[in-house]
Amino acid sequence: MESAARLDQNHQLSIKEFPYIIKWREDRCTRCGRCTAVCPVKAIEPAVNTQRTVTSEGSSPEPKVTRRLTHVVKQSMEIERYCIGCGSCALVCPTEAIFPEYNFQHKFYHFKNKGGIPYMRGGRRNDPSVSTLDKLKFTRISMLTDPALDAGRHEFRIRTLLGRNLPAEHLPIRVEGGKLITIPGSFVPPVREIYPIRIGSMSIGALSPHMWEGLAMGITYLNEVEGLPVVMCSGEGGLPPSILKSRYLKYFIIQIASGYFGWDEIIRALPDMIEDPCAIEIKYGQGAKPGDGGLLQAYKVLGLISKIRGVPQFIDLASPPTHQTKYSIEEAVAKMIQSMSMAWGFRVPVYPKISGTKTARAVLNNLARNPYAAALCIDGEDGGTGAAYNVSMDKMGHPIASNIRDCYLDLVKQGKQNELPLIAAGGVGKGGNLAANAAALIMLGASAVDIGKYIMQTAAGCFGDEYNRCNVCNLGKCPRGITTQDPKLYRRLDPDKVAERVVEVFKAADVELKKIFAPLGRSTELPIGMSDALGVADKDIADRLSISYVC
Amino acid sequence: MCRLSAITSSDYFSPMENIHALETMKEGHDGSGLGLMLKDLGGPFAEFKSFPVLSAVCSNKGLRDLEEYMKAHGFKEKFTWAPSIKNVPGIERREHYIAKVYDYPESYRDKPMGEKEDLLMNTRLALRCMGEPDGSLFVFSFYPDVLTLKEVGDPLQVGEFFGLEKSDVKSKVVLAQGRQNTNYAIYLYACHPFFIQGYGTMTNGENTAFVPIREFLMGRGNPGYMGYNSDSEVFTHIMHYTNRTLGYPLPYYKDIITPMKDSEIAGRSDAPALKLLKKSLRPLCIDGPNCVIGFTPDGTVFMVQDSKKLRPGIVGGKTGKYALMSEVCGVDSAVPDRDKSTDIFPMKYDMVIIAPGAREVKVWNQLHG
Ligand code: SF4
Ligand code: SF4
Repeated sequence: MESAARLDQNHQLSIKEFPYIIKWREDRCTRCGRCTAVCPVKAIEPAVNTQRTVTSEGSSPEPKVTRRLTHVVKQSMEIERYCIGCGSCALVCPTEAIFPEYNFQHKFYHFKNKGGIPYMRGGRRNDPSVSTLDKLKFTRISMLTDPALDAGRHEFRIRTLLGRNLPAEHLPIRVEGGKLITIPGSFVPPVREIYPIRIGSMSIGALSPHMWEGLAMGITYLNEVEGLPVVMCSGEGGLPPSILKSRYLKYFIIQIASGYFGWDEIIRALPDMIEDPCAIEIKYGQGAKPGDGGLLQAYKVLGLISKIRGVPQFIDLASPPTHQTKYSIEEAVAKMIQSMSMAWGFRVPVYPKISGTKTARAVLNNLARNPYAAALCIDGEDGGTGAAYNVSMDKMGHPIASNIRDCYLDLVKQGKQNELPLIAAGGVGKGGNLAANAAALIMLGASAVDIGKYIMQTAAGCFGDEYNRCNVCNLGKCPRGITTQDPKLYRRLDPDKVAERVVEVFKAADVELKKIFAPLGRSTELPIGMSDALGVADKDIADRLSISYVC
Repeated sequence: MCRLSAITSSDYFSPMENIHALETMKEGHDGSGLGLMLKDLGGPFAEFKSFPVLSAVCSNKGLRDLEEYMKAHGFKEKFTWAPSIKNVPGIERREHYIAKVYDYPESYRDKPMGEKEDLLMNTRLALRCMGEPDGSLFVFSFYPDVLTLKEVGDPLQVGEFFGLEKSDVKSKVVLAQGRQNTNYAIYLYACHPFFIQGYGTMTNGENTAFVPIREFLMGRGNPGYMGYNSDSEVFTHIMHYTNRTLGYPLPYYKDIITPMKDSEIAGRSDAPALKLLKKSLRPLCIDGPNCVIGFTPDGTVFMVQDSKKLRPGIVGGKTGKYALMSEVCGVDSAVPDRDKSTDIFPMKYDMVIIAPGAREVKVWNQLHG
């Protein structure tokens, strides 16, 4: 036996180390080359194998050796070219000769730090277990003691309020002639009535132009044709000037983050705006990568993006983890909210978004005292990102369910649950149950929920999942054309088809929400904080969320 | 489904009239309890109109505690009334059913009514806290000119038990509820009608939005917004909050518990204010199914329906006497000689309001304001 020291491949990885193993069937393959051409990471390549065949004809052995060259599809054993399991090869293969198979025994993380650079990727937390949100069920069903509502027959009003609601005691109204009249000249904070499921912040640099356009067309259609006031957030990086100066701006929440990317354009467009945006979101954190700033890797900083953001092409665009000009929460929150409010003459709700954290309640209590804070958005650990270190994504953050519940109950203690809406994000629809997850969060106390990855998966077929499938959103190589600035790739994505799916997804979720709310006997107002409707077959979760334990 | 029976009249009448009306609606309740709330009292109470009446059920110990507490806090007892109890099979007799009339403590006699009302409520709450743990004392109301009686059992039998047929206790307004038990154990604090500072209401239905409403009310900083052994208690507190605390005229109660669509609000002359209310008081939207009947401190009686009108409710009568009931047979029993063609079946936008004296019925329509 050869000694291990002399094994030539000793410092190479074996196939078993890789997360996805390519199954290729020689008998089916026509050698068309489509798979190797489409592979976004060059994980497979055409190779030539020599085949040695020993044959013997006749009655006595007369071995004859023939060598034949065959063309094969070979998987790379280089860690830089690991198969991401996207399945693009399977998608294009005309004979179903190839597909990636997940390898549960992989040791990928042990090796994906070559050159001393920790593994970076896009996507979400790689945790395929059933989420807390998916464990919650709706157990209060109106039966006989009160007539359940009919989702198909009764009128439902599934809307929420985004903005600071004044307590009734502070409303500028008085009684005159037996009627209530408003006192002119008093300030009432802006409040928008929107659909309780929003498309959360995904920037126009993280997303491809076609993806962004598809989402924007989808929500515009929902608003203007379907009458569903769905709004979406720009993410950091601004909005195209065509939107900024259009009447559609009202369907968009503009985000400002620590890099202030895109804000030169926004400020310049201010005098020409004919509509106010829906709201301004100040990003302090992101659930997928708490403590990290935004990151758009150089691969994606091309033409349009560099223009909108006002930066040169091909450079990494990193936003600092915090807003550098501010040194305390009072500073950061109060001053930012104030300045943003002033920019739009106090006509636009302004609220912060933070990543899920044990300290969320401290932030909340600060906001509760700030009369201009319009909401608090909390992004839980299951949120997604276009680019981050794997360690941030997998190991940092706070689950959204208990974070939202704690915050809501804190507001209840102060009697302010209707004044400051909570928006929950991170993992909504992770298992495909959008309406159920949204309803559960609403009943725990959220006024609205944000979705990101879910809409990428449902509207554009994003391959990503919790088994680290694909997740190369950071590299500009998105095989679906969702998160890339490379025209060759994003041309694959038809914005019209994306828009169509966005509309379908929201219409379906609307029906499902009614199906959930009707048997609970709620139709006029969103059942925010209606925690008596929830149950869970896990005693610890029930105790933690103050809901009933059912089994 | 519980049955409701309210009567408002220009003359004093016996609460037995309400009980007889409940009897006609018998299919609707299972005889699991009766709650009576009398306002504008006659008979032995007529001479004490301005003095608060404390209505309680208690044990010997509870009575001792009550008397000690009231004495220690400067309340002077002026009159005590107790029903003459007649044992009826099936009704478990408690030691004392009392209504005591007090004079205010010295220091409060010249205080404005608002402060007196706060004192009365806080006293009621303190007594409730004392007596609730061991069940020795239940206090239902403590307010001038209001008397409450509650007991578990069939309404007609409870009326007999309290000796109401022969009693001289009369009033001009009575709320009565025949209970349909939806929870196995019947707790006196869970029985309608509910009372707070001059407002009394009773409800027929199930309040699906109970938890968010309760949490919202409990955050208003009013110690009286407590209890909630029944999901219907919030209706009384919402009325108190909107009418007394916020000072909104009575019909806004309807706008708050059943807010209209924005397009409907736009048609109202007070639309700008309504839009603000709808947002600020969003958690008080009830979603139904509920029919609420109640009175306000001045003796106005009202009936409102949820926004889908999922519960029955009818108002009928003649000048000087009107009945607000769950079913028409109840009205037939209370005011048989009325013109039935004038009966009113309040629909989803309506609020029926009858001013003290029962001269006429006003139907306020939410669409027109
Ligand atoms: S699954 Fe994707 S990454 Fe893997 S070989 Fe196929 S195309 Fe390439
Ligand atoms: S398909 Fe695109 S967006 Fe989805 S995980 Fe892959 S790279 Fe990311």
